[in-house]
Amino acid sequence: MCWKPMATSASPLSQGVPSPVFDAQAVKADFPILATTVHGGQPLVYLDSGATSQKPRFVLDVERAYYEQSNAAVHRGAHALAEAATEAFEQARKGIAQFVGAQAQDLVFTKNATESLNLAAYAFSNATAIAQWDPASVDSRFVLRPGDSVVVTEMEHHSNLVPWQELCRKTGATLRWIPLTEEGRLDLSGLDSIIDESTRVVSVVHQSNILGTINPVRLIMDRAHAVGAIGVVDACQSIPHMPVNVHEVGADLLAWSGHKMLGPTGIGCLWGTTDILSSMSPFLSGGSMIEMVQMDGSTFAAPPQRFEAGTPVVAQAVALNAAVTYLQALGMADVAAHEHALAGYALEGLSKLEGVRVIGPLSNVDRGSAISFVVEGLHPHDVGQVLDSRGVAVRVGHHCAWPTCRRFGVPSTTRLSPYIYNDESDIDAALEGILAAQSYFGVK
Amino acid sequence: MELDSLYQEIILDHYKHPRGKGLLEQPLGSAHHVNPTCGDEITVQVSRDAEGGLQIGYEGQGCSISQASASVLTELLTGHTVAESQEAREAFIALMHAQGLSEPDEEVLGDAVAFAGVAKFPARVKCALLAWMALQDAEIKAGLLSRGEGS
Ligand SMILES: Cc1ncc(COP(=O)(O)O)c(C=O)c1O
Repeated sequence: MCWKPMATSASPLSQGVPSPVFDAQAVKADFPILATTVHGGQPLVYLDSGATSQKPRFVLDVERAYYEQSNAAVHRGAHALAEAATEAFEQARKGIAQFVGAQAQDLVFTKNATESLNLAAYAFSNATAIAQWDPASVDSRFVLRPGDSVVVTEMEHHSNLVPWQELCRKTGATLRWIPLTEEGRLDLSGLDSIIDESTRVVSVVHQSNILGTINPVRLIMDRAHAVGAIGVVDACQSIPHMPVNVHEVGADLLAWSGHKMLGPTGIGCLWGTTDILSSMSPFLSGGSMIEMVQMDGSTFAAPPQRFEAGTPVVAQAVALNAAVTYLQALGMADVAAHEHALAGYALEGLSKLEGVRVIGPLSNVDRGSAISFVVEGLHPHDVGQVLDSRGVAVRVGHHCAWPTCRRFGVPSTTRLSPYIYNDESDIDAALEGILAAQSYFGVK
Repeated sequence: MELDSLYQEIILDHYKHPRGKGLLEQPLGSAHHVNPTCGDEITVQVSRDAEGGLQIGYEGQGCSISQASASVLTELLTGHTVAESQEAREAFIALMHAQGLSEPDEEVLGDAVAFAGVAKFPARVKCALLAWMALQDAEIKAGLLSRGEGS
């Protein structure tokens, strides 16, 4: 089989739509990894930021400086470095909390969003278990029984689905879900019967990692509160990409990861209202999360320390705070506008390709820039392979949202997920790669 | 990167024109395997023909590599003994872990030698192995192979 590069005249794109807000090329220059080449000299076109973002030099430098100048165990030890480390850690908590309009004391650090969501789900299963022997010591809002319901949506990432399935298995509660429309939006027509008096917790994704849909979380949280349920939002794909204020979202608990927003791996966040956090049973237990320990039992620290057992994620928090500083310098409204323009450009380009079907909203309204698609006659793995051979990095597979794929009758998809360092030329490279894959496999 | 070293003509031909695809009427054993990272699925079934040779049926959905691999395996091993299928499986697994360095034995592997290039694409090795591992499981379920004998 002979490999022919695409002629540029075959480019499927509409011309011109300049990026309205900031210079993505200048941003890109801040990210050392984006200057690398792959597969023998192909410039890297990174379109997999939905999985994890790249990190600017500034974030890497701040993490390095922390280790070179301030590293010590926090919240213990009476020496200068311990104080410096504790100061850096708690400053980071403050900075990251402010980024989402929150107070530092309401922000818990975990290892990733998956752990944050498990922490939330375990507050219920632990309280339910403890209530059998010592009901007075737990908050009854977290105690579940058969007949109670837990509500999610049909577009959840496995990390916001499996922990709730497990909670139901442990307590006898029933899992319900809000279904999807053909367009890939939540079908809210039955909302009032799905979230009803039996509902104790509602956990929904803010922006879908597979469909790109931005959900009306405020409306769903308000409905949850109207029936006395606790509301949780998976903000993994919203906080990195748009301005988010926890109070406007209206949730009781909000979970996200640092590595998708220019921060390092190994840190996640869980924000909660003071009331809810202070009513929750601990998840992991041990050092650093206690108030008093005796041989026959212990009492626990106030949040956030109650939920940060063991040596916490200090360097990661310091570096995530640097990522927040970087994003704030760009401005989150501009980040959202930049991605909105890219999403529009990509949707238009994809719509002009024969045999390509977008899975998720086609209209660039209430949607982010993560765009999934399938190519007729081609498996996503093969599409991804051809793109990769041209230096274009995308994600293929079910994107940890297997039930969502099933809902749309596809085993998996190919996903473009651009970020602040991408521009139209990167989308063009992906679109040309799709044409190349079609011609390589002879499906067009 | 050399795409052609992954997508050999033989592989693409088996992908576009799968051999022996379809389920058996009376399988002795059947195994359903999935690749949890990408959602690819395959069901492989076995029974024996009048002479005692293997009959293989399969159904699945997945990428070119996983589907071509099922087709190649079915064509290669139909009518052969379980011992021969075990020998081929061991050779194929070795080939997948050879990083493209070993010279595959065409006597044993037939068209499956075309998968030698897959070994250089670690993310695709699982795709290539999916049907082979399902076949082993189906043979175990059919009582043709004991668990300990598996590769
Ligand atoms: C919507 C959504 N929720 C949860 C997660 C899980 O995040 P992590 O793997 O960082 O725990 C992800 C990331 O893949 C995501 O996109």
